[in-house]
Amino acid sequence: MKNIFAICAKEIQTYFVSPVAYIALVTFLLGSGCFFTYFYFIPASRFQYEGSATFQPASYYMAWLFVLVLPLITMRLFAEEKRLRTIELLMTSPVTDTQVVVGKYLASLVLLGILVLGSFFYPFYVMLYGNPDPGPIAAGYIGLLLLGAAILSIGLLLSSMSSNQLVAALTSIITIFLLWLIGFASQTPGTLGKVFGSLSLMEHYQDFTRGIITSTDTVYFLSIILVCLYLTVKSVESAKWR
Amino acid sequence: MIRVESLTKHYGNVTAVEDVSFKIDRGEIVGFLGPNGAGKTTTMRILTCFMPASSGHATVAGYDVFKQSLDVRRHIGYLPENVPLYTEMTVTAYLKYIAKIKGVPRAQRGSRIDQVLESCGLPHMRRRIIGHLSKGYRQRVGLAQALVHDPDVLIMDEPTSGLDPRQRIEIRELIRELGEEHTVILSTHILPEASMTCERILVIHQGKMVGDLRLEDGQVTSMEIANRVEQNLNTLHLEVDQPSDEFRLRLDQIPHLLEVHEMGRSADGTHVFEVDYQQGHDIRAEVANTAVTSGVGLLELRRISQSLEEIFLQLTSGDSPGVLEEGLRE
Repeated sequence: MKNIFAICAKEIQTYFVSPVAYIALVTFLLGSGCFFTYFYFIPASRFQYEGSATFQPASYYMAWLFVLVLPLITMRLFAEEKRLRTIELLMTSPVTDTQVVVGKYLASLVLLGILVLGSFFYPFYVMLYGNPDPGPIAAGYIGLLLLGAAILSIGLLLSSMSSNQLVAALTSIITIFLLWLIGFASQTPGTLGKVFGSLSLMEHYQDFTRGIITSTDTVYFLSIILVCLYLTVKSVESAKWR
Repeated sequence: MIRVESLTKHYGNVTAVEDVSFKIDRGEIVGFLGPNGAGKTTTMRILTCFMPASSGHATVAGYDVFKQSLDVRRHIGYLPENVPLYTEMTVTAYLKYIAKIKGVPRAQRGSRIDQVLESCGLPHMRRRIIGHLSKGYRQRVGLAQALVHDPDVLIMDEPTSGLDPRQRIEIRELIRELGEEHTVILSTHILPEASMTCERILVIHQGKMVGDLRLEDGQVTSMEIANRVEQNLNTLHLEVDQPSDEFRLRLDQIPHLLEVHEMGRSADGTHVFEVDYQQGHDIRAEVANTAVTSGVGLLELRRISQSLEEIFLQLTSGDSPGVLEEGLRE
């Protein structure tokens, strides 16, 4: 446990001495600010949601931003250790591979927490001038956190497979994008559509934005996280057997 | 302190280390000497639990590197060839982090860090960002990292490579001081380097250990090493004018002879053979006799390892031409 925290603390520290964390933060807040403004202040779009004081569209588009921003947070975690060869240091220190993976993952979760915290401004604003239903907003945020955590685990896995940050980031974005877009294929009639739908990040996330928390969706995100973390540990381990 | 028994490591089809065995006692300073690609780094990586061996056993401080890897790692300080530094951290922050993951108790962390900064000559650099340091200082930070948890065994891969002569001397002195309290293993492909710092040299070539020499008075020349190593070798280089089948048959009957390889013709038309024989049985006289009595025209007969000649050419030439002279001057 001590080792996990030591690694986690170091990673968080590194985030803030490099520009990456700030870029991710600014991109996310700027992007979500744009969406927020668009949906609540631009008359043409406001018409659609007139009087509903809903937060649904904003949280839906915030999730889109995650696809671009979160891989920036995870790309460094293993790829940079490999490039600097500091992985050799970690692997010869008295820490287990699992501790390293979990420590790094926790650090990325903390950064996700900070991102999400920054966006609390928007629902707060809505509440100030309207009377939104807090339930869907809370559910939306739970969904956003679960989605973010799943995306981070995918990014972490792909970072452990490359020694180049850019490759890690791009492969993560592509993978997450595919897992997101596959939701559109759920329109396919029959079983195939259902299969696509149940694989898709978008499908599972949408329930949350509507204010519905189901065990299926929760289990879906948690299993993505567990599987990716497990595979990351294996991928880190496998580097030794080559 | 360290025991290695018939260690072997394959990377795919390539054998990096083959059947290496040795024992190192507490407090020894041992150098792995061999050209690049000899298997020094692989051996070190196995000892430091970075990668498992394909077969064989190794124990460090009484712990098995395969089964008790975390215990081994607690007792080892490792300085890889590419010094593993987080370039965006300051020296102190870096050492603090390393001390944490190496399990130095919180109460001792501060004093341990001060101590290693002191012994590595870094106190005035403590607040600097590692990325801004020169190569020599980075090497020292790497060394400080390896020492911070006060390990019993210190393993250093090419600790002086890429340093200028001044820095090289400083690091060498530092290693000798460390050797008073720690068991030290270092690797180098430069002979004077090894003979100046180490009490004992293990010569590694093409994954095999070909020599284990203790240096009583600190200085050896490459010829001396070559001679001492050659006693372990068991191949003859044989050149004759006109070999006959009868000669080949008679050769094969020499006791302790293992195999005769035909190497073809040399540039001046003579026939070259390489003869392997059992270690410890000198068959030169008999081979010479056979050659003479068969009338094949004996031109040359000597113990060899062609590859070893190559090694020592490399060992003595070293990284830069200045190394050898520098070594001789000291």
